[in-house]
Amino acid sequence: MKRVVYSGIEGRSLGYWGLMGALGFFILLAAGSFLYMEHSGHHVTGMNNQVVWGMPHVFAIFLIVAASGALNVASISSVFNQKIYKPLARMSAMLALTLLAGGLVVLLLDLGRADRMITAVTNYNFKSIFAWNIILYSGFFVIVLAYLWSMFDPKLHKHTRKAGTAAFIWRLVLTTGTGSIFGFLSARQGYDAAIMAPMFIIMSFAFGKAIFMILLIGTYRYTDRSISADLIERLNNLFGVFVAAVLYFTVVFHLTNLYAAEHGDFERFILMDGGVYTFLFWVVQVLLGGVVPLVLIYHPAFRYNIRSLIAASSLVIIGGIAHIYGIVVGGQAFPLVLFPGKEVSSSFNEGVVNSYSPSLPEILLGLGGVAVAVALFLFAIKMLRLVPENLDAEHTENVTEVPA
Amino acid sequence: MSQDHNKSRRHFLGQAAATTAVIAPGITLMTIAQANQDQPHGASSSKRWGMLVDTNKCTDGCTDCVSACQQENGWGDGSSDESLSNPQQKAQWIRTVTIRDKQTGHTNQLPMMCQHCESPACVDVCPTGASMKRVDGIVLVDKHICIGCRYCMMACPYKARSFVHESLHDQKSNSPRGKGTVEACTMCVHRVDHGDQPACVEKCSSGAMMFGDLNDPNSDISKKLAEVDSTQIRADLGLNPSIRYSGI
Repeated sequence: MKRVVYSGIEGRSLGYWGLMGALGFFILLAAGSFLYMEHSGHHVTGMNNQVVWGMPHVFAIFLIVAASGALNVASISSVFNQKIYKPLARMSAMLALTLLAGGLVVLLLDLGRADRMITAVTNYNFKSIFAWNIILYSGFFVIVLAYLWSMFDPKLHKHTRKAGTAAFIWRLVLTTGTGSIFGFLSARQGYDAAIMAPMFIIMSFAFGKAIFMILLIGTYRYTDRSISADLIERLNNLFGVFVAAVLYFTVVFHLTNLYAAEHGDFERFILMDGGVYTFLFWVVQVLLGGVVPLVLIYHPAFRYNIRSLIAASSLVIIGGIAHIYGIVVGGQAFPLVLFPGKEVSSSFNEGVVNSYSPSLPEILLGLGGVAVAVALFLFAIKMLRLVPENLDAEHTENVTEVPA
Repeated sequence: MSQDHNKSRRHFLGQAAATTAVIAPGITLMTIAQANQDQPHGASSSKRWGMLVDTNKCTDGCTDCVSACQQENGWGDGSSDESLSNPQQKAQWIRTVTIRDKQTGHTNQLPMMCQHCESPACVDVCPTGASMKRVDGIVLVDKHICIGCRYCMMACPYKARSFVHESLHDQKSNSPRGKGTVEACTMCVHRVDHGDQPACVEKCSSGAMMFGDLNDPNSDISKKLAEVDSTQIRADLGLNPSIRYSGI
């Protein structure tokens, strides 16, 4: 029985600093974009009074959803006692924290009055699902930090399972909250569906795992550490289940809508006539983000190949962003139905598809959130003992967890 | 020692309070939410302000209500602001909507604005409580605590709310607006609290709009509502709006 020894990565190579520099550059661009948008007002963005949430929300929601999913590997080890994943639990929990931080940065910096973000804490409306999310996000930080601590401190190892279970339950509630931001909106044809909450949970499993695997494999490749084929196989198979489940929920969501005549127009918009939204749905979300990854994950020609797994993960991330874009922007682009069964027109875009083209500052702000998440993660794995020195077969069977 | 400490702390707090008292009147904007303070009695829960729009009288192409609102509240043509925002970004507190029955071809025009719902979705979803409903049923935004998240705009079935996309300079003192916050029809709360009618109702040349207290069975509007068939827009959502329409 081998002990798992954790260490920080060296983080002195040109590659590490080059990557950190590039991420820092993106963070600076995002900061500049925020200042520009804050100073000028949102008229410099593509957002308007018809499409009120745009690219920043797509990135923010993607990162927040992925954050809870990134915790999954840790949950499987602590809650479901899958020992093979145990050595990865620390990285998984840390990635969950950094992704959430990145997402929240974008969300908060897009506020019309970002200078008043403290008001979200001092003035609180308990009936607002948005306000619940503020508690859910803050609580997630506290619980996952406690969970991490319990993994680091040998005296607290006996509490790891409890902390992991609490974190697991919390992340389920958190993603339910994120999905319900849309699910609770009865006014809009594209939302108002209870399935949004479980769909967001399953999306989080897939997106979080995709990001986790890219960073895990990247870290191991560039620090010359080894991962057992068995672990790759397990990660691969579990990932496949998540990707398939996202497709399943997508099918159920749209089938349910198609069955109700009142949602027929919305479905025609997304599935057939929606231009960019239809393209994003079929080509990016379903084909590139679902079908192709499944082939890469399960087809014998690609299965268990690290390159295929990285490609599948990257495609799931791209498909996931398209999925969130379709929900957030597509749902708003479709006109509100004020008078069912009647045609409407007005000076305020009544009855027509609302246009939205993301502006550069919005995209840069969103990418900045991704850069914050990744940079924090890279910094954390350098400073803290998060990465197992070895994940080969000997170390991932019958693991005893001992901190270095 | 600790007494001295307390004393100096009291002194400091006293000074701070005095400073605030001197500065505050200058920097505190009068909010529309507080406009009722001009009234000795303020908003009364015994009232529920509402409107009835007779769409048969609403003349095609007429925009009296829109112009009146713009002039009264200082948006659109009533202000020199929002020159940088594109048409989709500009505020629209009230608009006229033309509806056409797909089967019969019958058309109507009607004014569309905040419907001042009894169960407003915007108030439910607002994280800070900036979206609020007065006891007399008027739904408002407290511009001081609106953080500009726009969730209320996502939730409103009537697209009644606008977000201010740029800095403003040409405002009316009765309707303070602000970059980065959300706004909508206030039912001219500043006029209502002084016993006047909303500007749109007053300026409607065809007499299509009626304003009054829905709770008072003897008010003109209640009598009219008892007499004619009226509907609420998206009544299926169960929000119970205060604006009712007849003739559609």
